[in-house]
Amino acid sequence: MATVAALQVPATGGRTQTGDVIARWVAFAFAASILIVAALLVHQLWASSAETRHKFGWGFLTSSQWNPVTEEFGALPFIYGTVVTSFLALLISAPLGLGAAIFLAELAPARLSSALTFLIELLAAIPSVIYGVLAIFTLVPLMRTTIEPFLKSYFGYLPLFKGVVFGVDYLTAAVVLSVMTIPFVISVSRESLLAVPREQREAALALGATRWESTWQVVAPYAKLGIIGSVFLSLARALGETMAVTMVIGNDPAIHASLLAPGYTIAAVVANEFSEATGKVYQSALVELGLVLFCLTIVINALARLMIVATTRKGSKRA
Amino acid sequence: MKKSLWALAAMLFAGASAATAQNVNGAGATFPAPIYQKWFGEYHTAHPAIAINYQSLGSGAGIAQLTAATVDFGASDMPMTDDQISKLPMKAFHFPTVLGAVVPTYNVPGVTQPLKFSPETLSGIFLGSITKWNDPKLMKDNAGVKLPNADIVVVHRSDGSGTTFVWTDYLSKISPAWKSKVGANTSVSWPVGLGGKGNEGVAGLVKQTPNSIGYVELIYAANNKMSYGSVKNAAGTFVAADTASVSEAATGAAKSMPADFRVSITNAPGKGAYPISSFTWLLVPSKFADANKGKAIKGFIQWMLADGQKEAAAMYYAPLPKEVVALELKQLALIQ
Amino acid sequence: MNKRLVWRKSVNAVMLTLTGVFTVLTVSVLFLILGCLLYNGAAALNWNFFTKLPLSAGELGGGMANAIVGSLEIVGMAALMGLPVGFIAGIYLSEFEDKRFASAVRFVADLLNGMPSIVVGLLAWSLLVVSMKGFSAIAGSFALSVMLIPIVTRQTEQFLREVPQSLREGALALGASKWKTIATVVVPAGSKGILTGMILGIARISGEAAPLLFTSLNNQFWGGGVMQPTASLPVMIYYRALSAYDDWHQQAWAAGLVLIALVLVANISARFVLARGISVPRG
Repeated sequence: MATVAALQVPATGGRTQTGDVIARWVAFAFAASILIVAALLVHQLWASSAETRHKFGWGFLTSSQWNPVTEEFGALPFIYGTVVTSFLALLISAPLGLGAAIFLAELAPARLSSALTFLIELLAAIPSVIYGVLAIFTLVPLMRTTIEPFLKSYFGYLPLFKGVVFGVDYLTAAVVLSVMTIPFVISVSRESLLAVPREQREAALALGATRWESTWQVVAPYAKLGIIGSVFLSLARALGETMAVTMVIGNDPAIHASLLAPGYTIAAVVANEFSEATGKVYQSALVELGLVLFCLTIVINALARLMIVATTRKGSKRA
Repeated sequence: MKKSLWALAAMLFAGASAATAQNVNGAGATFPAPIYQKWFGEYHTAHPAIAINYQSLGSGAGIAQLTAATVDFGASDMPMTDDQISKLPMKAFHFPTVLGAVVPTYNVPGVTQPLKFSPETLSGIFLGSITKWNDPKLMKDNAGVKLPNADIVVVHRSDGSGTTFVWTDYLSKISPAWKSKVGANTSVSWPVGLGGKGNEGVAGLVKQTPNSIGYVELIYAANNKMSYGSVKNAAGTFVAADTASVSEAATGAAKSMPADFRVSITNAPGKGAYPISSFTWLLVPSKFADANKGKAIKGFIQWMLADGQKEAAAMYYAPLPKEVVALELKQLALIQ
Repeated sequence: MNKRLVWRKSVNAVMLTLTGVFTVLTVSVLFLILGCLLYNGAAALNWNFFTKLPLSAGELGGGMANAIVGSLEIVGMAALMGLPVGFIAGIYLSEFEDKRFASAVRFVADLLNGMPSIVVGLLAWSLLVVSMKGFSAIAGSFALSVMLIPIVTRQTEQFLREVPQSLREGALALGASKWKTIATVVVPAGSKGILTGMILGIARISGEAAPLLFTSLNNQFWGGGVMQPTASLPVMIYYRALSAYDDWHQQAWAAGLVLIALVLVANISARFVLARGISVPRG
């Protein structure tokens, strides 16, 4: 604004001012509409879930009853399913993603790195419903006939791998989610690693460290916040994934210890049951589930953003 | 580039809007969806100005959407309860459309002959007390069939379903344990099993999962060449579902049909009656704000009660008894 | 001393190879996915698929003509609603000083960006389906536009910020008003990136099914206009894939192939427009 004021040649006088003022207000209105939409979202979620919020209070979050007939609703099985599948997905995609990010940032020549990163980012562009189709027809039979019986025979003594093998369960959902989230881990981690100033690497290598040691003990810790941020970002994505998950999780509103058992997530149950929710209480229960998911996503996204911003600021400051 | 995009957009909008003059939207049961979609398609071909769009989302959705007035009519295999009717913003009529059967469909590799199920075995499987295919109770009813020593994978509906209502209504009638533990409704708390969305989803899951058993409307099993078993009826005979056995189940109800057409015919008496049969209903408001919509639906129902019924048998449903059709035509006259 | 060095060197070799393996693994998943779609979908892509309406269960020969057109309709309207809003909002964030408001908008836009699409669907349902007493294409478009706006806003802002300040100052020095500067100098300078953002945003929303499930619903006929339920590719894929009919499964694969082809073409052409790699935006 200071620059504009200094250069404002008052030759055209009033007309210029009006044009700019209008432009500013129009643009302001459009930008404000984003805030309005978000406010509407919060309001609608809050208002439409009033029925069950008043009826169950905080108990909604701890009850595992889901009975549309007796109108008893509890969010616990869905929160459990959402958390289990997302965390398991991260357990798979975080190490894989970090490893690939290290390769792309530290080892691969720049052109190869960009090309490969572009390909990997294409994975993130594939729609969820297509992941679902692939999973139903290729992954589920594979899990059911090969992988899960294998896990059951070798690790069946653990409560994690007990029970009948269905193919559609927490584990399969987690595998699909890990494929869907790995591009985010790779992309953001790679950026964070690239943002680390060269002097850090060079200093480590000068002290006699191997490439790996320099990467693992110097560069990565420097980019730690960004890497963790990328994991949080993936977590936020995984929590809200709907289509792919609902096609492979088995749709059972109960809590099971075994990963081979069918389960349910918040997004999946809303997608499946919303169009048939008869009665205010049923509808309100599903909207309240949406509200829970909304809050979870906000918190995790906010944390992710803080970490990622902090790491790039750090890199550019010390550069 | 921009100009041609605008032109394309204009053409699409024009085309899409000019395509049909009268749109009617309905949603509901997946049980009769195959024949409904066929009917609505044929009706549209015969009357190109009328497009009745039916989405098979499940009976629960049909009732819910009609209650929210987001669709023009609903469809359900479970007659609406008094409580549900009181919540409707309008008065609505039940119109039975066809008779259908819910069959136990299974996927047991190696078993080619049709299996026989008794009330005890069906309720035991779905309660979770019978867990293996070679359980003695199953072997007793199926002498001569080599049943594998495999876990039974139970598949049920994940959405609110009239088909579920018919199935659980039957189980409640023949198993006191089921009645007290689970009950009958479009959505119940299942003791065991996986959830599939719609009749289509259950059929899909059973077809893809070895050693599984689920319940679907007959046409879904037949069309997909899936095995389905015969069920022991109230008279003690093992009956397979087909047009004749389903029609026989309805004979009693046809003679004593209540005025609002809400009736259950599961576990019907009769030697050859299929015990898990049901009517399915269109839920139609008695008054339409848009007179054209009312006319379109009335015209369709009239056609359905005459010509439409002729197609039922070919699609594994059973046509309505003549007495019921006569009563329905009377009710049809009441729609404005 | 030597032993320790050997150990460190072998750890180095193993770990670095492992990272390479992970990368190859990830990239190969992409090719596996594309190959699978091509293999299964190509067989089912025929004239019927593109021109016929869906038939009832068990009848062969149906297609997804109405879903293709429906998707174009719904995404087209979402673009009409969302692109201008996102674009101008992005201009405001970049060109007009307003620290606190701008950071609030940025923060909220990022949050909306990461919002599960099903929650956006709930919003559209409560605002448009309930009040208009019916499912409609426009409700679906609204949901999609809510997802599109944050993407376009952030991209627009990002690329406008990269336009050198000297360009602005030069225009202003010549006596141009602020809005003229933006319109004739700054935006054209950043147009590549902005266009990229728009294309990527549209590609992203065209694949979404969840927000359409209870807004635009589905339709077995040609939709009767924007106020009626309308078929769309992602929703059709979902329902067809869940069914038990092989014919319908084939259609799901074919539709998946069409959808992924569109998404990939959009992504690849966006990168070419930009002529240099950009990362997944932080948000």
